[in-house]
Amino acid sequence: MNDQIAKLAAITLGAILSNNFIFSQFLGICPFMGVSKKIDTATGMGLAVIFVMGLASAITWVVYKLILVPLNLTYMQTVAFILVIASLVQFIEMFLQKFVPSLYTALGVYLPLITTNCAVLGVALLNIQEDYNFIESVVYGVTGGIGFLLAIVLLASVREKLVFADYPKSFEGFPIALVAAGLMALAFMGFSNLQIW
Amino acid sequence: MNFGTQLKEGLLTNNPVLVQMLGLCSTMAISTSFFNGLGMGLAVTVILTLSNIIIAAIRKIVPNKIRIAMFIVVIAGFVTMVDLLLQAYVQALSKSLGVFIPLIVVNCIILGRAESFSYKNGVLASAADGICQGLGYTLVLLVMSIVREFLGAGTFGGGILGPGGVLEGGALGAGKGIAILPSQFPMGLMTLPVGGFLMLAFLIAAMQWALSRPKKQSNPAEDSDARPEKQEAAA
Repeated sequence: MNDQIAKLAAITLGAILSNNFIFSQFLGICPFMGVSKKIDTATGMGLAVIFVMGLASAITWVVYKLILVPLNLTYMQTVAFILVIASLVQFIEMFLQKFVPSLYTALGVYLPLITTNCAVLGVALLNIQEDYNFIESVVYGVTGGIGFLLAIVLLASVREKLVFADYPKSFEGFPIALVAAGLMALAFMGFSNLQIW
Repeated sequence: MNFGTQLKEGLLTNNPVLVQMLGLCSTMAISTSFFNGLGMGLAVTVILTLSNIIIAAIRKIVPNKIRIAMFIVVIAGFVTMVDLLLQAYVQALSKSLGVFIPLIVVNCIILGRAESFSYKNGVLASAADGICQGLGYTLVLLVMSIVREFLGAGTFGGGILGPGGVLEGGALGAGKGIAILPSQFPMGLMTLPVGGFLMLAFLIAAMQWALSRPKKQSNPAEDSDARPEKQEAAA
């Protein structure tokens, strides 16, 4: 039991800090760069990603272990996972629209974008690769999403301040944001040898 | 549209990574050695060309509403094929690229080209577009991986050339690269994620500088149009 809790803590710490999806695994860079212009939209995107990554980890794990493995179809995992994720995102969108309209308007345009967020498919594939059990997969998905939220909110706050910065004109837009993200990745490297006890 | 213009667009003026800002994840993640860059670039070019051909061929019978789902199924099919082929024949590449091979499914370049080009154009034009855009992506990967490998490890052609490499009869992926810098000079930082972010930032900045330079014959109004358009693409 203690071992299990220690492992979950290690997964949590890794996914949020030392092995952050954005800064050390390069997963989910597109939405990270695209939707990080303002803090509130970045927060919305981050929350949506936590939600979808948690659910997607749970469902893809079940699909893999209960459908693909017994039928000897594990080579179809990429196709199966992307279909599950696409339909999951669509389903969540319809569900929220009907039952939680306030959350739906808050997340709005970000939901459909999540289908092509590689962090979501990435977490599903990594769960299988690392041979996590069900609880570990869900924890990895949710904490990976939290790491994404942390990264995107940090970058959005930096980018809001960039208006006042004086940099060469060619760096306008993406490049200067990438430089900022690079420096943040450098800071996150400080966590890389973090170990609990 | 002829092949020459398409090639120029793919490699330079409408480069998928540097101008359209697509496929950034894989660009930064795997451009740490020459072998990885080349392998990933070729894999994406093959998948992009094949999926462009199929999507262009079925574009008339696919209803507009479910087109994205159809694109993803087609792309995922080709990605699975390439993934299995690499696992069977080029195991070293499949190992060093790891999860990024299946992740080609959600590489925005492929979905982006399907949506913006092959869903609207014929089979031949789409095939040419796939090859050109794929080569543009490969070019960026090669530039990034050569520079990052040189600055980060002081070698050239890691995975293919050098001690234990292909020329000496070694397996693909085993070469250590030709040492250029003495071992105390390289800054390992460049092969870490930080180096990826910075390198890509400088490449995109160089591209924006090159594209925003006033051309001799073009009128200034065209140039001032270029900027907002690019920012829209970024958003």
